[in-house]
Amino acid sequence: MRDAVGRIQSVLLVGGSSEIGLAIVRGLPRVDAAVVCLAGPDRPDMERAADALRQEGVGRVEIVDFDACAVGDQTHVVAAACADEPDVVIIATGYLGDQPTAERDPAAAARIVDINFRGLVPLLVGVAQHLRSQGHGTLVVMSTVAGERPRVANYTYGAAKAGLDTFARGLAASLAGSGVNVVVVRPGFVRTRMTAHLKPAPFSTTPDKVADVVATAIARGSRIVWVPGILRWVMMVLRHLPETLFRRLPG
Amino acid sequence: MPGRRQGDVPAAGRAGEGQLLTGWGRTAPTRATVALPASADGVDELLGAPGARGVIPRGMGRGYGDAAQNAGGLVVSTQGLAGSVELDSGNGRARVSAGTSLGRLINAVLPRGWFPGVVPGTQFVSIGGAIASDVHGKNHHRDGSFCEHVRSIDLATPGGDRMSLAPGQGASDAFWATAGGMGLTGIALAAELQLRPVSTAYMRVDTTRTADLEHSMGALSDADATAQYTVAWVDLLARGGAFGRGIVTAGEHARPGDLDQTGEAVGITVPPNRRVASVPVVPARTGVLHPTAMRLFNELYFRRAPAEPSRGIEPIWGYFFPLDVVGHWNRLYGRAGLLQYQFVIPEAATPRLIPMVERLVADGVPIYLAVLKRLRDVCGPLGFPIRGWTLALDIPAGAPGLGAALDRLDASVAGCGGRVYLAKDGRLRREFVPVMYPRLDEWRVVRDRLDPGRVMRSDLDRRLSLVAP
Repeated sequence: MRDAVGRIQSVLLVGGSSEIGLAIVRGLPRVDAAVVCLAGPDRPDMERAADALRQEGVGRVEIVDFDACAVGDQTHVVAAACADEPDVVIIATGYLGDQPTAERDPAAAARIVDINFRGLVPLLVGVAQHLRSQGHGTLVVMSTVAGERPRVANYTYGAAKAGLDTFARGLAASLAGSGVNVVVVRPGFVRTRMTAHLKPAPFSTTPDKVADVVATAIARGSRIVWVPGILRWVMMVLRHLPETLFRRLPG
Repeated sequence: MPGRRQGDVPAAGRAGEGQLLTGWGRTAPTRATVALPASADGVDELLGAPGARGVIPRGMGRGYGDAAQNAGGLVVSTQGLAGSVELDSGNGRARVSAGTSLGRLINAVLPRGWFPGVVPGTQFVSIGGAIASDVHGKNHHRDGSFCEHVRSIDLATPGGDRMSLAPGQGASDAFWATAGGMGLTGIALAAELQLRPVSTAYMRVDTTRTADLEHSMGALSDADATAQYTVAWVDLLARGGAFGRGIVTAGEHARPGDLDQTGEAVGITVPPNRRVASVPVVPARTGVLHPTAMRLFNELYFRRAPAEPSRGIEPIWGYFFPLDVVGHWNRLYGRAGLLQYQFVIPEAATPRLIPMVERLVADGVPIYLAVLKRLRDVCGPLGFPIRGWTLALDIPAGAPGLGAALDRLDASVAGCGGRVYLAKDGRLRREFVPVMYPRLDEWRVVRDRLDPGRVMRSDLDRRLSLVAP
């Protein structure tokens, strides 16, 4: 249960080795005996993350195998991942892929959509049902500003995240009054392993900064947050820029 | 936050609806199905089909924390079991339904010369809630806690049994597990109370102003020796030498001769019980209270009390329930809400009280209201009071660094054999519960006997692992 000062007893991180996801877990106010559950496809990475979390004093760390590309029933994955009644669920699965490849190879394009969106939908449905029945919790969904207006450099990724973003906001509306809040997080360029090979775009940020913003958003019950915050206003302008102008922007 | 309208008592006729609930502190809302049974049979029926996430009773919703919440489960409001008071005016025994508020009980019995044995700081507490929290009051040093004035409790247990629990009979452990048992032993339907005879509806009050915390403690101890009701309001926002200055009040039930009225009243005339204002919803996250403003308020409140010890007459309502005149005063703390940290430390640890409070203030915790009182031991395994000092601190829940500062205080409190009051808690960590309540396992054994299926559950229980380790 979340307590009166917002401290958390149980967290589920989907995308269990995600740098941003782990930074968010670390940035949450939690009690010493807290349980963290990591769900993802890459067990060795998650084991390493689990060891680090234990070293940092997390009470118990569980690992659940979850592959967004796998087809079939995910009910048992949801049940295992939600076994400790999570106060916060973070969906931080992310796969940028390579846009030029995705333009030649349909399977590569589909993989980007699968990991960032399609494979997460059944999981989100299951998790939302679980949170609704437990009567409390916050669902944090990592979206991106790249989903707000497509760019040549990453539009398949942007499209998949836009799908996730829309789905999450719909879920938020359907969960209104259920005791469950949904926070959609739209960071700009975050400097991580996933983006290490890219030149940082303007208003780039770090996993720790994202974690700070998410912790505040959970405490306040915010619905959509941008990181850094100024991107909210930047994107408001960019969404309405004529296409010819938008295409010429740097970054 | 969507739907943060909770903290209010469910209205009649909305039985079976899902609702977001919080305690009086308006922190950590969770959703539960709220049922409003109109009879004891209705309660049995609900307990017979509890659902996967269990059941907890809820009275007036005045507990500060999450004791009367049950996320995803069933919350049984006792408000449908309210208003029945059968008084034997010969001996002062009253049979009262569990949902009845203390205010309503007082209105029923006071004109006939009787008053509850113990009342807490608000009249908006149900009899069931007063039992579940085993509440204490200004006369605790002399008369003990609420349940010491309860002669029997009718308890509906999840096993389908209706039990009549009494303190002195065979299964008295079940009585004392229910007294202070946070509603986790079953649902109280009614209780028989032993009331106290009074001859007026007024209090004779001696007021003394004190210069600092040490003087406040001294004056309170002195008052305890002579007066039935004592309490100290202390100013923990005052700086320097004035830190902990206060107002110590010592009260007795006034006798007809104490009143200025000419001509003795034959019966008892009860003065009006007014609500002078009600606070609207405050949209700001941190509310309208601010340390500077509260410091000013405290200054005025302190100066309003006479500089020299003085004696006066006050109506019982204002004396016992000063905050009740402002409806929804918890809204002043804004959307972030408030928490009340009430702890007690044993007599032997008296010298540590002042350093503990100084540390908390040095940690930057704004304490808007602080009430000091001396307690004595009680019987129940989960009973809060022990012989020593208790401080109840009202703190805005959104104060920065509050979690860590109170964690440090928990450690100090537990370290000297003290404890935090579960009825007001919203943030204690579970590892401290067995330390602060060493009789927890004893309580669990009796509780499991009353509810072997572990149907009784609450958010407080889930957060602190009360029912099962």
